[in-house]
Amino acid sequence: MTLEHCDLLIVGAGPAGMAAAVAAAPSGASIVVIDDNPAPGGQIWRDGPGATLPPAARKWRDALERHANIRVRSGTRVVAAPSRNQLLLEDAERGWRLQWNRLILCTGARELLLPFPGWTLPGVTGAGGLQALIKAGLPVEGERVVIAGSGPLLLAAAATARAAGAKVVRIAEQASFAAVAGFAASLPRWPGKAVQAITLADAQYRTSSRIVSVQGATQVESVRLRQGGREVEIESDRVACGFGLVPNTQLGRMLGCALTPEGIGAQALAVDARQATSLADIYAAGECTGFGGSERALAQGTIAGHAAVGNEGAAKQHERERARWNAFAAQLGRSFALAPAIRQMPQPDTVVCRCEDVPFSALADCSGWTDAKLHRRCGMGACQGRVCGDAAQFLFGWTPPAPRPPLSPARIATLAGLAGPVDVDRQ
Amino acid sequence: MSGETLLHIDGQLVRVKAGSSVAAALRVAGGVGVARTSVTGQPRAPFCGMGVCQECRVFIDGRRRLACQTVCAEGMRVETSE
Ligand SMILES: Cc1cc2nc3c(=O)[nH]c(=O)nc-3n(C[C@H](O)[C@H](O)[C@H](O)COP(=O)(O)OP(=O)(O)OC[C@H]3O[C@@H](n4cnc5c(N)ncnc54)[C@H](O)[C@@H]3O)c2cc1C
Ligand code: FES
Repeated sequence: MTLEHCDLLIVGAGPAGMAAAVAAAPSGASIVVIDDNPAPGGQIWRDGPGATLPPAARKWRDALERHANIRVRSGTRVVAAPSRNQLLLEDAERGWRLQWNRLILCTGARELLLPFPGWTLPGVTGAGGLQALIKAGLPVEGERVVIAGSGPLLLAAAATARAAGAKVVRIAEQASFAAVAGFAASLPRWPGKAVQAITLADAQYRTSSRIVSVQGATQVESVRLRQGGREVEIESDRVACGFGLVPNTQLGRMLGCALTPEGIGAQALAVDARQATSLADIYAAGECTGFGGSERALAQGTIAGHAAVGNEGAAKQHERERARWNAFAAQLGRSFALAPAIRQMPQPDTVVCRCEDVPFSALADCSGWTDAKLHRRCGMGACQGRVCGDAAQFLFGWTPPAPRPPLSPARIATLAGLAGPVDVDRQ
Repeated sequence: MSGETLLHIDGQLVRVKAGSSVAAALRVAGGVGVARTSVTGQPRAPFCGMGVCQECRVFIDGRRRLACQTVCAEGMRVETSE
């Protein structure tokens, strides 16, 4: 198995990872950026037949290409950490080891996907998930789409679906009108965001609304929603649900980075003013340190990139920018906090663990995550608890599963690299 | 991005816009794009769209890969179900 070297390794090529690489590049360090998606841009900047890349995204991509000391490895995922300063990686063709001196984790966030009756039916997706699928060419022309859950991502998903020719028949936001109005009223502090919100405003938007169930024989046919005090049923071809974001901390936790103290939301990687984690040579930036949008991710990434190559002065210059977007993140968190009623969505026979088909009733009497895992096989499937572990934390307050290698399903030939000798030493 | 890509899904020839993901191609091939069946035999289609849920696993040229994170290539052979 091949061993490669670099001074600085950045995991994740979203806004945070791109900004980190570009900030660090003038130092001359050899930089590798890896990402499991086919192209750099992260969750927000995807291109494909259903998307046009905004100029900002194009600018960052061009900057990555301009620096000869940045190597971008797309379609590459982290499998394990064979030793202190090495990661085992895999792409479609091969597995290899990469040795680093400094590491910046920019692993972003995933959607919080919560179980309700019918959520496993084909045609149900995440809200950001639907957006991502459409950008990658999923045809939705003429389809009736219901979007439900919480947060501004619902509106962004609706805009993408409509631009692709879908008919968005309802957007159900669980937060109250007062909470959403309060959020809108705070937006003038972040002018760019206010403009975005106005362009996304939608006649089908309803507050204090949540999903009850999805019906269909082999695919989505209709959706039942609770809107305030009453229930409505809407015919629909697709349902997209997202209940906020969960920081991707798996890799950081596997490496031993400390998490933020337990609070109301999901835990994130803990960082100091220089974006350094609890481990001296590992930094973290973007939504793996807490959600808050691409502007916050860019500011944090820039600081982390400068700090990781020892340019503390340049890092400091971006602190004010970061503080501004941290305040925005806090406002987002307050306005779209999930109502307790969301916990009542699953019925006894609702599947919670989608990989092992474990129903809610089988988990209700478990004492915790380990019990559910050992006795009900919850979280033992291919997603390794990334979906049901987050759901179980929200529903039952269970601490999410401790990440174990392999971090994602990997080929045997790659895993063999954990034991086998390292042969060629390549730059 | 312009042009089209031709690939095979379960033996059927499918034409997609160049740059489409295999997840999108499953839908173009027909139905809502079922990729696999669950352990108890329920049909499952791409769900998270971002490489997390593993509901879109298919065999692509003999290797198990995620349909949502794989771009269609000319002549690719995709097999659904497991
Ligand atoms: C599905 C989805 C859609 C979104 N759409 C929007 C939108 O339209 N507008 C908006 O303002 N915000 C959107 N967001 C919020 C968005 O995540 C942030 O604004 C921004 O993208 C965060 O940047 P980031 O760099 O922190 O992380 P991300 O953009 O999430 O980038 C992280 C990257 O790291 C990769 N990665 C993670 N772990 C590994 C690993 N172990 N190995 C290899 N690669 C890895 C991920 O695949 C991803 O490409 C969306 C979020 C999600 C989850
Ligand atoms: S749709 Fe979830 S991993 Fe591809």
